[in-house]
Amino acid sequence: MLRMLLRRLFLGAITVWIVSVIIFAGVEVLPGDACTAFLEREAKGKLLENCREAQGLNRPAVERYIEWASGAVRGDFGVSANGQKSISELVGNRLRNSLLLAICALGVGVPLAIFLGVVTGLRRDKPVDLFFSTAAVFAMTIPEFVSATVLILVFSVWLGWLPGIVLTSAGAPASEFFPEILLPVIVLAMVMTAHILRMVRSSVIEVMAGDYIQMAILKGVPYWRIVFRHALPNALLPAINVVALTIAWLLGGVVVIEVVFNYPGLGRMMIDAISDRDLPVVQAIALIVATVYVGVNLTADLMTMFLNPRLRTHALRGS
Amino acid sequence: MSALIDIRDVSVGFTGRDGRTREVLRNIDLTVAPGESVGLVGESGSGKSTLAFAAMGYLKRGLRLLGGSAAFNGNDMFARSRQELERIRGGQLALIPQNSGQSLTPTLRIGAQLGEALRLHSALPVGQHGARVIELLSQVRLPDPEGIVARFPHELSGGQQQRVAIAMALAGDPVALLLDEPTTGLDVTTQAHILELLRDIAAERSMAMVYVSHDLGAIARVCDRVVVMYAGEVVLEGPTRQVLRAPAHPYAQGLLASIPRLDDATLPVALDGRPPAPGEAGAGCAFADRCALVQDKCRATRPPLAAVESGERVRCFFADEARRDRGRRKGAAPVRYSRDSAMLTLDDLSISYARPRLIDQLLGRSSDLLPTVDDISITIGKGETLGLVGESGSGKSTILKTIAGLLPPAGGTVAVGDHPLPRLVEQRDPNQLRQIQLIFQNPDDSLNPRHTVADILEQPLKLYYGLSSTDLRARSVQVLERVRLGAHYLDRLPSQLSGGEKQRVAIARAFAADPEIVLCDEVTSALDVSVQAAVLDLLNDLKATQGTTYVFVSHDLAVVRALSDRVAVLYQGRLCEIGQTDHVFGGVSHPYTEVLLGAVLEPDPDTAPTLTADDVVERAPPAQGCPFQRRCPRKVGTICETDTPPWQRNGGDHAIRCHIAREDLA
Repeated sequence: MLRMLLRRLFLGAITVWIVSVIIFAGVEVLPGDACTAFLEREAKGKLLENCREAQGLNRPAVERYIEWASGAVRGDFGVSANGQKSISELVGNRLRNSLLLAICALGVGVPLAIFLGVVTGLRRDKPVDLFFSTAAVFAMTIPEFVSATVLILVFSVWLGWLPGIVLTSAGAPASEFFPEILLPVIVLAMVMTAHILRMVRSSVIEVMAGDYIQMAILKGVPYWRIVFRHALPNALLPAINVVALTIAWLLGGVVVIEVVFNYPGLGRMMIDAISDRDLPVVQAIALIVATVYVGVNLTADLMTMFLNPRLRTHALRGS
Repeated sequence: MSALIDIRDVSVGFTGRDGRTREVLRNIDLTVAPGESVGLVGESGSGKSTLAFAAMGYLKRGLRLLGGSAAFNGNDMFARSRQELERIRGGQLALIPQNSGQSLTPTLRIGAQLGEALRLHSALPVGQHGARVIELLSQVRLPDPEGIVARFPHELSGGQQQRVAIAMALAGDPVALLLDEPTTGLDVTTQAHILELLRDIAAERSMAMVYVSHDLGAIARVCDRVVVMYAGEVVLEGPTRQVLRAPAHPYAQGLLASIPRLDDATLPVALDGRPPAPGEAGAGCAFADRCALVQDKCRATRPPLAAVESGERVRCFFADEARRDRGRRKGAAPVRYSRDSAMLTLDDLSISYARPRLIDQLLGRSSDLLPTVDDISITIGKGETLGLVGESGSGKSTILKTIAGLLPPAGGTVAVGDHPLPRLVEQRDPNQLRQIQLIFQNPDDSLNPRHTVADILEQPLKLYYGLSSTDLRARSVQVLERVRLGAHYLDRLPSQLSGGEKQRVAIARAFAADPEIVLCDEVTSALDVSVQAAVLDLLNDLKATQGTTYVFVSHDLAVVRALSDRVAVLYQGRLCEIGQTDHVFGGVSHPYTEVLLGAVLEPDPDTAPTLTADDVVERAPPAQGCPFQRRCPRKVGTICETDTPPWQRNGGDHAIRCHIAREDLA
């Protein structure tokens, strides 16, 4: 078991390393660098050379990669090209904000999705299933900016219950984001719930049609005991991986929501950095998001393995 | 004596896509007295499992009760509340399911699942449940019950899972057991042991049993009375001996004739046609289209289930004629081959699933793991059929995979004619690929569900012969006709075919390549007996017309007997015995062959299996000595553990690998 754990950690680290090389190389082959971006139109002649000298950009790429990577391992991503601020500090705030948004959305979405998924799965083809399954399809297919705009229109413009836009600055304490964060949380939770609900529903249906559920019925096990003891531990295993992917998505991929609500998260920072050609920041965020993906998926795999006796035996046998 | 299970006039059906109600069970009456053991027999789709479940008041999703009642111990199971049903099910009336591997909850330990049954149905105080679980597990003769309690279902072998399911059924002290194909899918030896266990337990507790099976051999061993079902109705009911010895219904007659027998050298007789789908039986007898004795009367009116003088109830106008018809049709004689030139040679073949570890590879160390299959040297003549038999895990299929090039050998060679074959499929040239074709166990898995029959058959034709599209079509028709299917099948998808037709298409695909060698991997074990007989007949015909060499793998000794010229017996990937079929199945045998043959169940109430060895599952062969040493009932002594046994020959080509002298093996 321990060997397997170490092996997976090692493979995860290798993945992150390969990603870091790709990111660095990608930025490297793009025309221009941090200095041309910073100096913009004046970027020529002496000024540019001085800047490159100061930034150490005239050294060989390998040397710079090593410096960047070893800094990144310690949590130091250098300074941004615009404004020369510490990237760790900038990104740190944004990461916290994204985490806050993710945790709120997960806190609402996951329990709701599992509950509704189980209910619709158990009441397959009944009105409650038809209602929520249809609603889930809508929630999934309507683009987020549309649902976000509609919610803003209804809850902040017409009803005036919730603020429609986030005005708190990126570095403010977490508590100041309430209640501004509520609308983005609702929009994210809707999409997320829909995905997880459909997955849980089909998993519950599949398990409930299985031989061991039929056996439990014919063994005289009461219905709710069948559901909680025989069906759900098996039906919810696949949900772990979907939740993991959702977490990764929430941390780096919700740019549209962040832009619509003016939320200071990682995604929006990435977009801003790209349009400003602030390459050190782009590199840093890309690497952080990649690490989150790898980390979250690794955790999900390990959890699944731990909770599924069949995989556990397999891992213990050391194959 | 009042009936324990009393099913009256039960009809069950579902609503088809066209909105019509289709009946799966039609007006069934069935009574089971306390302590009585009744067998429900029929082919797949006959409704036998549905009937058994109906006795518990349970219908699968989509089915509904159309009429009638099912009472257990005076309780109408379709009228009781859920709570009352929960009390009865698993308590007085318990089920032993078909596939225990899938019927035990994978996330719960064995102890927890048995404990749950006790908590629901036992009067014992909770403190004694742990001890009772151990007691139940010992009663079903599981070794190390204390260890098994803490295991998960997947950590047990198939036979052990089945025993756990039996223990679970016994937890509620039932007065009646429903058994839904409880031994299907198990090895012959395991099956025989489980059946003996069930017999003992039923006798000891005087439990009633309803035993659902397509296997008349198992029914003959366990049941007092047999009910034969066809297309959702009872066609024959009577004492086991009478039903099996002198069946009074043409369908039962045909079913019995289609079972291959160990003591019969002819092929079984196939039942032509197929049963009507639910709701498609017309006004007359449902069996009319397949019946040899059919008259106009049979097509016009449905015969009633009527009592005959000898005590059975028969749904046939011509019961007496049916009984007299017995034995009139004889099975075809298997095509036998006379040995001339070698077609396929396996020379000192060994196969290992264990991949050498990277570190061992780097250091050039050899893996110390024993190969899964070892020391296999067999020469198969042109046109010969070699049967490979053994229990699951004996390496039969592994050898086929290596011959086909799907699995590289760890040592030794495979040669066709005089030419050694490259180890893997991707290294073989098109002609070498064409020479060897495989037919798999389950056509549902081996045929692409989105390809039409034409697509399936054209693939080998294009691959090996590069035919143009007009030739392709014509050739495909020829290939189909060879397996006795018409050209109108070309545009169908596998889902539009019956199980037997699908397997014929799979066979047609293999023969489309005009192969010299066809590898058959359990090709009939997913099929009903009557269909199995037809497939065996087809393979036999193809052997006669094409002169094909078969390597035929099966766990069913009678099937192997029907088709093979020679048989090789494998245990743990090592050869125990090889020789002509008659020699292997009669006279002098290896102790393991004896164990296998002893466990075979014949559809005859007067035969009993002889069980000499335990049905222990071994995970790996012993490092030295005889592979069968741990289970052998005739073990000589330490020599069996230390020395590889020598081949004992009869002068001809019958060879047995044992330390016991040939004269003493008889």
